[in-house]
Amino acid sequence: MNPNDSSLLVIRGARVIDPSLQRDEAKGEVFIKEGVFVERLTPTELTQAKVIDASGLVLAPGFIDLNCRLGEPGHSARETFRTGTQAAAAGGFTTVVTMPNSTPPADNVGTIQLIHELCKRDAVVRVLPAGTLTKLHEGKALAPIGSLKKAGVVAVTDTTSGVQNNEIMRRALEYAIMFNLVVLDHCQDSSMTEGAQMHEGAVSLRLGLRGWPRAAEEVVVSSDCILAALTKARMHLQHLSSRGSVEIVRKAKAEKSPVTAEVSALHLWLTDAALENYDTHCKLNPPLREESDRMALIQGVVDGTIDAICSDHSPYTATEKDCEFDCAPFGAATLESTFATAYEALVAAGHMDLPRLIARLTQGPAQVLGLEAGTLGKGKPADFVLIDPRAQWTLKAEDLLSKSGNNPLIGKTFSSRIEATFVGGKPVYQKR
Amino acid sequence: MAQQNTWNKKDLTGIEELSRAEIELLFRQADQFLPALEPGKGLDLMRGRTVVNLFLEPSTRTRTAFEISAKKLGAEVVSINTTASSLVKGETLRDTAMNIQAMGVDAIVMRHSSAGAARYLASALDISIVNAGDGAHEHPTQALLDAFTIKQHFGQFAGLKVTILGDILFSRVARSNILCLSKLGAKVTLAGPATLVPASLAEAYPQVEIVHDLKTALSDADAVMLLRIQHERQTTTHFPSLGEYTSQFGLNAERASWLKPKAIVMHPGPINRGVEVESEVADGPRSVILEQVRNGVAVRMAVLHLCTGAIQR
Repeated sequence: MNPNDSSLLVIRGARVIDPSLQRDEAKGEVFIKEGVFVERLTPTELTQAKVIDASGLVLAPGFIDLNCRLGEPGHSARETFRTGTQAAAAGGFTTVVTMPNSTPPADNVGTIQLIHELCKRDAVVRVLPAGTLTKLHEGKALAPIGSLKKAGVVAVTDTTSGVQNNEIMRRALEYAIMFNLVVLDHCQDSSMTEGAQMHEGAVSLRLGLRGWPRAAEEVVVSSDCILAALTKARMHLQHLSSRGSVEIVRKAKAEKSPVTAEVSALHLWLTDAALENYDTHCKLNPPLREESDRMALIQGVVDGTIDAICSDHSPYTATEKDCEFDCAPFGAATLESTFATAYEALVAAGHMDLPRLIARLTQGPAQVLGLEAGTLGKGKPADFVLIDPRAQWTLKAEDLLSKSGNNPLIGKTFSSRIEATFVGGKPVYQKR
Repeated sequence: MAQQNTWNKKDLTGIEELSRAEIELLFRQADQFLPALEPGKGLDLMRGRTVVNLFLEPSTRTRTAFEISAKKLGAEVVSINTTASSLVKGETLRDTAMNIQAMGVDAIVMRHSSAGAARYLASALDISIVNAGDGAHEHPTQALLDAFTIKQHFGQFAGLKVTILGDILFSRVARSNILCLSKLGAKVTLAGPATLVPASLAEAYPQVEIVHDLKTALSDADAVMLLRIQHERQTTTHFPSLGEYTSQFGLNAERASWLKPKAIVMHPGPINRGVEVESEVADGPRSVILEQVRNGVAVRMAVLHLCTGAIQR
């Protein structure tokens, strides 16, 4: 190692996988100069460059998360941009899209500017805020979408409030086209989920918990697909959970409707059986469903109906989750386990190969939002991840970098692991 | 079958956690307590012990029955109800219960509107937790007293058919009874409007039969268990009106005549007279409603005695 010039970097020996370039090289070389990927370094530069031997590892573009919450502004007891982005880096994510249901919500330029300011100071990965679709994400009046775009939002969404009014959704889609903004929708018909705590099925019936039917998601997935076709606006359906939703999106895509979709890694691995003992860490929105749903979601990821795998990172303090099930908030803090979880559910289980999984974490989400990320392409920011595809490790609460430990997979063992993460050619995470 | 003679559970959170042998042991204990129900015949098995009734949802009957059960055993009883509780000040359930435990209490009997609350508390505390109803999940002492009453009438459960009629979806009594009666060997039929007795219950409880036709549900039943139509739980979407419920599913004299000659009519109370049951039936010869109430004291005495006795001190 010869660290004469830290802006020059060579990574050798890794299996290099980049779906955006259709690259899969057994022992590839990756060159970085001044924070961007370059074709090669000159012989002089090579003698000055720092060389990383990554033999036995996989090098891939940094992952992109389309759906997470990082606490700030308003909930720094749960997470901060510092801890949240450290957790993201530990999970291999170099770009994350934050949901706008902060306090105050990201429905105004001032809040977006505050997010940028805090991230400039604290964030170790790239944070791209989403703005709300309507003021206070109440679904009543449109947010200043044009100004939000100017302030730097990469998408608009009312996140878990959902948009309950089809007229508002239609106009929002039409309006967002002007700014080339993708509308993200959390698909939930609230009239069907009042008081609902978990997936409606045999388990909810036995536990006596109010059920959340698949239909509450599917009716909105349907109406969204219809409105996307009507307006020709780009619509992205967030964290699908039901088998019917996958089928509806598959059909809409076949009809060239401009929709895309994502799934959280937890929904690819767990089912409502995980709630048998009222574990509030498994209380999620959308809820964990049944094995047939899980298999349909996996099939959707495999055949490309589902474009992206997200973390749906929703940190909550130990106190907030330590209560009666009905009182517990929905969500899990998963940034650090998303890749490993998806690897178990998809690759280790034999449903797809590693390059395709990487595609759903890089190229897929990049295409959803039209981001210049998720690629090792020449001239692009040197955001990349090193993966140990043969690690055996156990997720432990004390190892988490997130400020919140509400991860239902603590104690589980995984067979692949993020070894190191780089943003702009600089290391932001190194496995301890 | 080998008879179980020792009880080693500090808590009673649900029927789900009990084995058939444990239920039978509990019944033998309740049998022994029946004479103590006579006025002036209290026992002192729990003298020096304190039981707190933590009722975070309105209840008169169950709370009173637990109070009397504890007093019949010689225990001191403190009752806390929602309005008087510290929970309204924003304290968590765990903190409230830890405070009660710190005061040297032997058992907490809790009713709570959240399913799973009893299990949550049982894992958090070292003292006994008795579930007096958690949301729509379980109401184990009600199911035990119901089965105890059926046993008094029929002697055994094999070959019996018990129909539970009414709001199954929101009922913790129904859930505990399905589990209890199935464990004891009876056949359970669930009946009522399709919105309150959804077909998916068959997935949750493969051992039960689901019927929406009242005549079928009643005609070969040995016992029919009526459930209270609970106004506070049902949103208006689950049936059109109380009048319509009565006209479709209310148990009147004519419908009661479809039952087997020796069949009994049960109700966990409080009764909505004229809604799920006509007075003529509730007060008639088939009705065992007051026997249930009486047995409820003996069964709860057995639960308190066995659970607090399971803690080594």
